[in-house]
Amino acid sequence: MKLHEYQTKQIFKNYRLNVPNSILITDAEQLGDALKAIGDKCVLKCQVHAGGRGKAGGVKLVTNSNEASEYVNTMLMSNLVTHQTDEAGVPITSILVEELTNIKTELYLAMTLDRNNQCPTILASKAGGMEIEEVAESNPEDIIYENINPSVGLQSFQIRNLITKLEIPKESFEEFTHLIKTVVKIFYDIDASLLEINPLVISDDKKVIALDGKVNIEDDAMFRHPDLLELRDRTQEDQLEAEATDLGIAYVNLTGNVGCLVNGAGLAMATLDVTNQAGASPANFLDVGGGADIEKVAKAVSIILSDPKVTKVLVNIFGGILRCDIAADGIVSAYERTGSKLPLVVRMLGTNVDEGQKILRNSGLNVTFAETLSEAASAISKLSG
Amino acid sequence: MGILLNKDSRIMVQGITGKEGSFHATTGMEYGTNVVSGVTPGKGGQTFNETVPIFNTVSEAKEATNPNVSLIFVPPAFAPDAICEAASNEIPLIICITEGIPVNDMVGTIRYVQSKPVRLIGPNCPGAINPTDHCKVGIMPGAIHKPGRVGVVSRSGTLTYEAVHQLTILDIGQSSCVGIGGDPIIGTNYVDILNLYEEDPDTDIIVFIGEIGGTMEQEAAEHIKHHITKPVCSLIVGATAPAGKRMGHAGAIITGSTATAASKVAALKDAGCHIIPTPADIGDVVAKVLANN
Repeated sequence: MKLHEYQTKQIFKNYRLNVPNSILITDAEQLGDALKAIGDKCVLKCQVHAGGRGKAGGVKLVTNSNEASEYVNTMLMSNLVTHQTDEAGVPITSILVEELTNIKTELYLAMTLDRNNQCPTILASKAGGMEIEEVAESNPEDIIYENINPSVGLQSFQIRNLITKLEIPKESFEEFTHLIKTVVKIFYDIDASLLEINPLVISDDKKVIALDGKVNIEDDAMFRHPDLLELRDRTQEDQLEAEATDLGIAYVNLTGNVGCLVNGAGLAMATLDVTNQAGASPANFLDVGGGADIEKVAKAVSIILSDPKVTKVLVNIFGGILRCDIAADGIVSAYERTGSKLPLVVRMLGTNVDEGQKILRNSGLNVTFAETLSEAASAISKLSG
Repeated sequence: MGILLNKDSRIMVQGITGKEGSFHATTGMEYGTNVVSGVTPGKGGQTFNETVPIFNTVSEAKEATNPNVSLIFVPPAFAPDAICEAASNEIPLIICITEGIPVNDMVGTIRYVQSKPVRLIGPNCPGAINPTDHCKVGIMPGAIHKPGRVGVVSRSGTLTYEAVHQLTILDIGQSSCVGIGGDPIIGTNYVDILNLYEEDPDTDIIVFIGEIGGTMEQEAAEHIKHHITKPVCSLIVGATAPAGKRMGHAGAIITGSTATAASKVAALKDAGCHIIPTPADIGDVVAKVLANN
């Protein structure tokens, strides 16, 4: 689950990290009061769950209230398109009005999982403000890593390493040390999968300030953070993906027209691959999961059928825990509920496959059966629709 | 022979009274697996399926039934504890099926496991099977397997079944099949399993199925290049997945150029693997390689 910058900064503030003063507005009418509190010369930052915001015009330095008002009227309730979003972009439902910070040095700081070393790691770089992916491609040696061993936790020497390599000025040692310790603490406290401060700023008067903040919380750990669940902003999510998340279905919206229903993540990826290789284009990744019942399958199929891009449906079920007759009942039920007439190619294998095929054959749905993965892919690409 | 499991495997099921645990303990026993005990705290003294004694602790189960494999079906919030309990009792092989364990919990758990003389498979995996010795420790459908000489290793569940099915309908049997799990942190990686197949006298050829995300497939490729002499047929899935989106598995997400399918296929090609061009060609490629050897 992703957090907004303003939510992240509130957490930072709760942990006594320095962040610039700011006020969040969700309505243009709130701008006047915000400017009174922050000052007419300020930074306006669109709150969206997408990287590349600055380059896309989502951050603006304004020098007077007219300029501020013009920007807010243009941006608020419009969509921001960045290189990380699709063509439609993500809606801007709030803007952060933030005081100016005088910047002496801009740094990059983040904490995330290092898969190879099987532990969290702190990443830092002197190239603050730049996207870390670009730094990693062009100058990988400019990124500093400090792995956190879970048996001993963060050690002081690691902070000294960062101070030395980032050339932190002496006057900022204390605040920087507090920041690193706190970042590690927050990471564990909220089960973050990513915590990023870019840029991390050293101001003219040597204060250490988090000028931006980005947090992703690990979905698998949400069960122990019911309070954080309230911070979820559904307006920033793909609506079909959000619906699937609520149902516990792994779903990713893609750009094609073949709706895909599969059980198992690996097989679902494989199904997308063969579909593409056969010249057809999948509309989604969908793993309905092993323990699905009729209702869950029906809801998964309903999500597929409610996608306006979808003109035909490919079903690939390897019946193990999920029995083929359960899957078939779920499919029929979803078609009945939605009244959809879209044609299907169905490939079923494993537990109760005969019962499953019989249910579909007697359902009156427009079903083409396939035996193998390649037959299924070729059938779906030939199917008109 | 086969790897990890054989006719001497004695299985203890942690979480045997839960929905998943009881179902798969039963299908395993029907397949011929020797399930010797179950562990569910609070249910000690009861009996599962009228034959398998249940204990409150792994320590008691070990004392009474001497298991050498633990199969774990405990829910995510309690699974790290179950893994540590099995490791603490030095059960040599621990297979954790549980999906959805928070990564930060696994960071500590994996180090505890590594400090003990045990091997962990998973979490978030389908388990392992040895068709020759009728030993099934996991959630795979037993009926699709056939005894033979192909070793299969993959991260995933149903995709492994797909591979096995394609082999079996061509009358190509398997020595063992192992799913190592789809999470970012897992106990046993491809290299470990490849080494076991290399040493197994009953395995002639290896089917290696990888996916997008991380760099584990590249490390496996590097290892195959220098240390694996048996033919390896390899498939990478997720070629058409978009960057930055988690494709079901927590580990399957493209976060840079090395995590892509193309980068992994290139590494495997360079390592001399027989590349399986699409997921539909697993059986055919293996059949061809077998015919040429």
